[in-house]
Amino acid sequence: MFKNRRKLTAYNNWGYFFVAPFVIVFLIFSVYPVLRTLYLSFTDLKVMGDAKFIWFANYKRVFTDKFFWKALGNTLRIWGVNIVLQLGLAFLLMMVFSDVKYKMSGLPVFRVLYYLPNLIAATSVAFLFNTLLDWRYGTFNIMISQIYKLFGARYSPVDWLGNVSTAGHTIAVIQSWMWFGNSFIMLMAGVQGISKDYFEAAAIDGAGRWTIFGKITLPLIRPIMMYVAITSLIGGLQMFDLPFLMSNAASASYGSIQTVMMYLYKFAFTAGTIQTGFASAIAYALFLIILSASLIQLKIFNRKE
Amino acid sequence: MVGYKIKKGILYVLLVILAISCLLPFMLMVVNSTRSGAEISTSFTLMPSNHLVENWEIMSGYFNLFRGMLNSLLVAVPATLLGAYFSALTAYGLAMYKFKGNKVIFMAILIFMMIPGQLSLIGFYQLCTKLHLVNSYIPLIIPAIASPGTVFFLRQYILSSLSNSLVEAARIDGAHELYSFHKIVMPIISPALATMGIMGFIGNWNSYLLPMIILNKNEKFTLPVMMATLRASLDMVRNQGATYLAVTISVVPILFVFCFFSKYIISSISAGAVKE
Repeated sequence: MFKNRRKLTAYNNWGYFFVAPFVIVFLIFSVYPVLRTLYLSFTDLKVMGDAKFIWFANYKRVFTDKFFWKALGNTLRIWGVNIVLQLGLAFLLMMVFSDVKYKMSGLPVFRVLYYLPNLIAATSVAFLFNTLLDWRYGTFNIMISQIYKLFGARYSPVDWLGNVSTAGHTIAVIQSWMWFGNSFIMLMAGVQGISKDYFEAAAIDGAGRWTIFGKITLPLIRPIMMYVAITSLIGGLQMFDLPFLMSNAASASYGSIQTVMMYLYKFAFTAGTIQTGFASAIAYALFLIILSASLIQLKIFNRKE
Repeated sequence: MVGYKIKKGILYVLLVILAISCLLPFMLMVVNSTRSGAEISTSFTLMPSNHLVENWEIMSGYFNLFRGMLNSLLVAVPATLLGAYFSALTAYGLAMYKFKGNKVIFMAILIFMMIPGQLSLIGFYQLCTKLHLVNSYIPLIIPAIASPGTVFFLRQYILSSLSNSLVEAARIDGAHELYSFHKIVMPIISPALATMGIMGFIGNWNSYLLPMIILNKNEKFTLPVMMATLRASLDMVRNQGATYLAVTISVVPILFVFCFFSKYIISSISAGAVKE
């Protein structure tokens, strides 16, 4: 008996061996950088040279910086339009495909097609739409003007990405186009995870399709809706690739689509404006905002339950 | 009953319209890459033209897209393989052995799954500067060994699909622990490994922010970073056809991967949603 247990402990010691590579790389490339950024956020490091510890001065500066708030407002506005379109569309599609009356077929094909835009690198998507939406030569405006011509009207081309009033919305629409398929697949996975027995039992009891949707489908996919909403909030507040690649610092709309991450990038990595300490504080300030937003979201979802 | 059929028909039409809106930009991209800049700027059509070779030559004058593709492969393939292998190793270690620190590591994994990437960005860059790893692919490849999300997913998979008795039987037969891992565990978890591997590959292939920060030599650029330099060259407005061709070429490999593995990709997204 004793001998056996010792043998088991010997086996268990193999655990250290199995997790060692992970732990080493994790400490060096994940834990250290996160702590290093935290330390830097308390210093006045610019590009190089000695860093002086200045306590919370950077944070004070972040939270009183009107450009930071403007960037946060931009991020939330773009994300807000994006999430309504993205989740709204995914939700409608989920309703259509889970409807007990119409029993739509073709889900595997539609699912793949709707997911397609999400596969493409943001740089390619950004470049594709930059070219399609070019206000003078872009295919999009030419398409619209040809349609106008059919009706004998004249169309004056809109500079979708250059106008303050359209730039943010345009990016939000493209972002939704990229992500609604992803949300739809997640919601559908939730619906398919519901036991068929519930639907059959409800049908025997003579429940209508709206009752089934409201009383069975909706409550049971609530955790997944929460998951989708929270992950998209976390991703949305870190929005960078699309607005960064589709904006031009010289254009009028730049101030209306600069996101928090773009603002951070400016102070962390753009030659000439580097203030590493301040940028680190922006990173942690954004983290605090994301954390509290997720907690609030969790609270709201749980209260309704 | 007639009303039912009509309504169902309308629903299908709407679904198809949405599918077309997902495909149209890609169709325009392919068609426009065969048309000249002048043609694209004056009219809209879905009929291909005959300027493909011309566009190809213009594009080649700006950059070597195949160099970018090769660079992307040099990063994405090793990162994906290392990520899948070491995540499986770690997940197995956490799931099968009771040792001190097991719970601590698992907690750290959960916490880091929730920490947004931007928190490490600045510290990571500083670390790379200190270690003279700027312009090297090492910082883009090695960190894949520690992928908390993949470890978490595989650990759950091992706990639900691998029975202890299999490994114990191998032990009685005198099998080495690593041997059991390679010959018994890896084949059993291969569907989950494939799923995570494909998602990892796509993520690495499409990654933009990190390579842009780490790489600053043209000949080292991965495909997305190279594509982004297009933005800077204003001449491209005149050469629209060539830019569409560049985008088309950059998109093809991923579409190719997707054709073969769409099942795994869809299942991994679904798994992400129901793992809660």
